[in-house]
Amino acid sequence: MNDRRFNWPLWTGLVLSVVAVFSYAFFFYRFPITRDVPWVSYILLAAAIALLIAGVRRAPGRKIVAIIVAVIGVGLAALFVFSVTVGSRVPTGANVPAVGAKAPDFTLLDASGKPVALAQLLAEPGAKGVLLVFYRGYW
Amino acid sequence: MRPVAISVDKPEESRDLMRKAGYSFTFLSDPNAEVIRRYDILHKGAGERGQDVARPAELLVDRGGVVRWRNLTEDLRVRARPEAMLAAAKALP
Repeated sequence: MNDRRFNWPLWTGLVLSVVAVFSYAFFFYRFPITRDVPWVSYILLAAAIALLIAGVRRAPGRKIVAIIVAVIGVGLAALFVFSVTVGSRVPTGANVPAVGAKAPDFTLLDASGKPVALAQLLAEPGAKGVLLVFYRGYW
Repeated sequence: MRPVAISVDKPEESRDLMRKAGYSFTFLSDPNAEVIRRYDILHKGAGERGQDVARPAELLVDRGGVVRWRNLTEDLRVRARPEAMLAAAKALP
């Protein structure tokens, strides 16, 4: 048997784990159906890990290169799972005004530097309500 | 129903964003996160440079100043769906 043949499961596994992570960041992230639960990425990563394991088993001799490649691939998968779970968690917000509670009034500057009060927005003729959208900021 | 975006960005940063993204709705600046803190929306140290920022959160407030609907995600990646916000807005008296 030729032990020097190209270990395709190993290298395909590595490429697939990189593809899984980047395809989420640049493509699947755009769609709620593949973003909120990143199931496509999980499937790709599971396939990548299976290939990496197969690659290590197939590797001849001391397998040191195969093991290093597999650790990189599995590490990428672990990093991905961490960042979409623990890494993206937000505080619980136990004291956010609840449904039925009064929203505290406030005055803040708008984009043109003019002070705007919540009460003033709510009092505008024809106003049915205001949707406050808190966001992280444009950095 | 009128959307109002609130963040720690300065007015000029919001102006930049509005111009680049073509937004015309109201952006309010809370650079010291005073209102964000009062609403318990603060995410400590989560900004790009480690500054305190607002966590994503949406609250629908009716004419009387009462919260009628809110959405508090537990995960940065999971945001309110436009359909849910529109449905909540439609239900306003």
